[in-house]
Amino acid sequence: MAINAAMYRRRRFGNVVVMASAWAAAASGLIVLAFILATLLYKGFSGLSLAVFTEMTPPPGSAGGLLNAIYGSVMMTLLGTAIGTPIGMLAGTYMAEYGRGSWLASVVRFINDVLLSAPSIVIGLFVYEIMVVHMGHFSAWAGGVALSLLVLPVVVRTTEDMLLLVPNGLREAASALGSPRWLMIVQVAYRAARAGMITGVLLAIARITGETAPLLFTALNNQFMSSNMNAPMANLPVVIFQFALSPYADWQKLAWTGALIITLAVLALNIGARSLSQSRTND
Amino acid sequence: MNDQPIAGVGFNTVKPRPYLGITTPETSKPPLAERISVSDVNFYYGDYLALKHVTMPIYDKKVTALIGPSGCGKSTLLRIFNRMYDLYPKQRAEGTIKFDGGNVLDPKQDLNLLRARIGMVFQKPTPFPMSIYDNIAFGIRLYERLPKSELDDRVESSLKRAALWDEVKGKLNQSGLGLSGGQQQRLCIARTIAVRPEVILLDEPTSALDPIATAKVEELIYQLKSDYTIVIVTHNMQQAARVADFTAFMYLGELIEFGETAQIFTKPRQSKTEDYITGRFG
Repeated sequence: MAINAAMYRRRRFGNVVVMASAWAAAASGLIVLAFILATLLYKGFSGLSLAVFTEMTPPPGSAGGLLNAIYGSVMMTLLGTAIGTPIGMLAGTYMAEYGRGSWLASVVRFINDVLLSAPSIVIGLFVYEIMVVHMGHFSAWAGGVALSLLVLPVVVRTTEDMLLLVPNGLREAASALGSPRWLMIVQVAYRAARAGMITGVLLAIARITGETAPLLFTALNNQFMSSNMNAPMANLPVVIFQFALSPYADWQKLAWTGALIITLAVLALNIGARSLSQSRTND
Repeated sequence: MNDQPIAGVGFNTVKPRPYLGITTPETSKPPLAERISVSDVNFYYGDYLALKHVTMPIYDKKVTALIGPSGCGKSTLLRIFNRMYDLYPKQRAEGTIKFDGGNVLDPKQDLNLLRARIGMVFQKPTPFPMSIYDNIAFGIRLYERLPKSELDDRVESSLKRAALWDEVKGKLNQSGLGLSGGQQQRLCIARTIAVRPEVILLDEPTSALDPIATAKVEELIYQLKSDYTIVIVTHNMQQAARVADFTAFMYLGELIEFGETAQIFTKPRQSKTEDYITGRFG
């Protein structure tokens, strides 16, 4: 076989160029992430202490922690997930199992994609209009509802995608035993798609954990510990937002610590989601 | 092996003949009973006519093989018997398929009950993503509420019947996905017979298996014949010749010839059948 030496050299050169650019692009992404994590650790780690988890947000100039903000964030994230997950899973199930290829499913998928990319501040304003204005005050309920609107499209999308990956052979096999459709979905399709669906929920939680704008318009903030869902409630993102913009050094320090806590929580959720989806592929 | 009575076998459709003073010679075969009667069935994928006026009997407790080249409609015909095509819109069948006094194609037919009585095993092994035990128990739990011990017995007898028990008895709680391809297919057969159907449809059950696993499944089909009516789709003519009592040759959506397997393979009446079994096309 005759090999054109010039052409071969050119190809090898092209290969080196493309590979180097790919490496550089990947490295720049990683470097930025490493830089963010390093800054957060450097500025936030020194503020980490037991007090952060046991004391409430302080007035300027005195010591305190983030207990009320952490509590509020957890409560509203739970509420948002509790509302968004079942609705999202049912909608995704409809699109993948019952309405596959139907007109309604296409419309729902399109609207869901719009909702998926909607700016979160718009969601915050929307819930402000329909809940806060009518109730006359900010509340944790409204905060949870705003977060649920962010959870919803993520869960709808992952549920549909994961169910579409379930081979039709499994559905046929369950039906061939005389299983009604709903039982086939619950016992066979959900089981086959379980890891992916849980991953979707974890990613949705990770997404809302750091959301500030929807809470700014709904739950606002609260300087004190409050477990009243019908009243404004402290939460980490808004506390970070306020404290970071303040002129007080101890508030700024707490803001860094809060940012570190959120980042670590999101990181943990993402790693959990990843290992789950990996265990799925290893099945 | 399986000493429990099998549902649907007790009421055999073969009725004793009145004594007419004629003793049947010992060489004559017992009369055949039609378990399923297919008459004038057409099938459409959208506008495409995939089966044309198919009429044939499926005899009780016999193995009937459907053979023919790819795309001839043999799997399509098989999937009509349990209305599997109903899962997909735009597929429809016309005609009559008589089974147990009713018409399978009746729109009012309860599909889940029908499928519990006419079981099906697919080309690709399809174990559910659950334990071996639950794979078998899934189908049983659909229609019966059994105490744990009885359920255990039923799972065991089904696995024994499918010649899989010895290989899995120590790991019933492990995932069915961990079994080999041949074991998975026998698990699917065990799952199908666990619900005690009357008819078993096999859609190329060995095409994804190696020769040893294939031999096991064929042996199993032979064993199951005593209690079940079996219809098998196969593209392997030797397999049809080995396991089937009756063979139907299909071509381009039409039933070309139906008869006893020996006759089809040695004295085919249609030239197309002869061309196919001698390997001139297909």
